[in-house]
Amino acid sequence: MTVETIPAWQSLVGGALIGTGAAALRLFNGEIAGISGIVDSILHRTAGDQAWRVAFVAGLLLPVAVLGSGPVNWQARPAALAVAGILVGYGTRLGSGCTSGHGVCGIANLSLRSLTATVTFVGVAAITVAVCRWLGGQ
Amino acid sequence: MTAVVALIAGLLFGIGLLLSGMTNPANVVAFLDVTGVWRPSLAYTMAGAVVVALPAFTLIRRRGRSLRGRPIRPIDRTRMDSPLLLGSAMFGIGWGLSGICPGPALILLTTGDPRAWVFFAGLVLGMLLPRRLAPTR
Repeated sequence: MTVETIPAWQSLVGGALIGTGAAALRLFNGEIAGISGIVDSILHRTAGDQAWRVAFVAGLLLPVAVLGSGPVNWQARPAALAVAGILVGYGTRLGSGCTSGHGVCGIANLSLRSLTATVTFVGVAAITVAVCRWLGGQ
Repeated sequence: MTAVVALIAGLLFGIGLLLSGMTNPANVVAFLDVTGVWRPSLAYTMAGAVVVALPAFTLIRRRGRSLRGRPIRPIDRTRMDSPLLLGSAMFGIGWGLSGICPGPALILLTTGDPRAWVFFAGLVLGMLLPRRLAPTR
């Protein structure tokens, strides 16, 4: 498996930028930068203002459109990616959030509910990787 | 104005995800791979984000409205229920299999790689499936 070594400062600064974006949306708009919720609201045309959600997604995509994505090492075959996508889409809506909504915003809001969700999805994901590794005989 | 704030917030979020390397599924799986060559990058990224966001979230929670006076929707911070746990567990399986969560899923679409569209199509389908267990929203 190809793994980049990312300096700690780079992860921390990247994280701080993510946190600044989440803080700005909360401070000025009172909204949560939860990406699964934003995508779901756009898909379901939830009542209320959709323009900010579309603007957020546009902002999210602009840096990669200008700078490029850097290396991308896919970890699963297309069939597994399709199944994983369905689980991520269904699971994040059933659980009311993903890495951004629960993991960043919820924990920053000192939410026990979000902390529980985050511990659950990180734990289950780690078990999933371990099981895949074991099944793959690596 | 609301859309301008959201655009800037999205920009910061997108730059942060790229800089932290969390748009590469291998870097995410390297964090989750506790029985292999474990890498802490995702933990540093999340810690950096939470530390910066914490004061802003605390301030708004106490004010009850945004700095521009917009009311905030109430958020339940304590309720534990089966949809929360079951949904988070399902998300965990999908995240572990792929190394991709919703933000990177959007960003990876720009690579034009068909695998990004396969994952995203699954994600959209998963979101559009009827939710018997989910709270109505």
